[in-house]
Amino acid sequence: MSRAAHWMLACALVFGLAFALAPVRTASAQASTDVAPLQFHDAAEETRFHALTSELRCVMCQNQSLADSNAQIAHDLRREVLDLMRQGKTDDEVVAFLVARYGEFVRYKPAIEPSTWLLWFGPALLLLGGGVVVARIVRARSRREVPAPTEDQEW
Amino acid sequence: MNAPANRRGPGLAVIIGALCFLGFLALLFYGVRQSGRGDREALPSPLIDKPAPEFVLPLLHEPGRLVTSKELLGTPYVLNVWGSWCPECRVEHAVLTRFALTKRVRVLGYNLKDEPADALRWLEQFGNPYMLVLADRDGRAAIDWGIYGAPETFLVDAQGIVRWKHVGALDDAIIDDELVPLLEQMEAGK
Repeated sequence: MSRAAHWMLACALVFGLAFALAPVRTASAQASTDVAPLQFHDAAEETRFHALTSELRCVMCQNQSLADSNAQIAHDLRREVLDLMRQGKTDDEVVAFLVARYGEFVRYKPAIEPSTWLLWFGPALLLLGGGVVVARIVRARSRREVPAPTEDQEW
Repeated sequence: MNAPANRRGPGLAVIIGALCFLGFLALLFYGVRQSGRGDREALPSPLIDKPAPEFVLPLLHEPGRLVTSKELLGTPYVLNVWGSWCPECRVEHAVLTRFALTKRVRVLGYNLKDEPADALRWLEQFGNPYMLVLADRDGRAAIDWGIYGAPETFLVDAQGIVRWKHVGALDDAIIDDELVPLLEQMEAGK
């Protein structure tokens, strides 16, 4: 009697456990399809790969570089970058490949072209404008204050 | 002697300063307004008005049958990227189904990085709005499309030119305000 009850309890436990674990297994199956780290042929390739991917922005998690991101798409794009490198593409060609598909956004260093002039030269322009303003003010004040300190003031 | 210069000097600086301040204020306001947009992180696709990438992909329902991009030329199609792993796709599913039922344009599915069994079960559970479903298991072809997640939706015209892309779940407003007018425009141009 109590033995049968034990058996039923054990069965229920196993059954419940199987149900509880089933979704976990499928969920991790999705995530672990290809998270194997990339294998490099040599140190030079690895160095070049890291330099290249740290200059590319992850398209999903937009404030991380391709090198740093854990998103699935970043993993896929890293694999793609390594494949392109192995096909003998230069760094510029690899970047151009990604820009053609995902847009200028993927570059941390945008190309210098009319639409990015403001981005590249805007800060210098602001600095120049500020400098001109400061120079004018300083010149105006110096002209005004040259005749002023004739009084015998004690400092 | 230099009294007028005195008055003009600081006056100009104040005006420039005020203009700069107003400019930055406008920029700040613009930024704050932009940050409220739901699709503020959506990337504009460089593929717009360019030929859709060439691909050869198997059908989800018939893995032995390969579909090439050339076979799809002739009439426009909407390509909807989805996966059974994507919760937003479930949100947009009802909207997409309603749109597909209008038979306005061919609606094709692009099953991204999915287990075929999961994908088939998803379609069985929620209904299949697609004329056919392309299966991209490893996500290689998706890179050529500039796909970086799901859902994403493309409109490709009869000549195979990408005309429109939407990142994120579709809703009725997007379909009525963006997709349908483009379809009308394409039909008028034909």
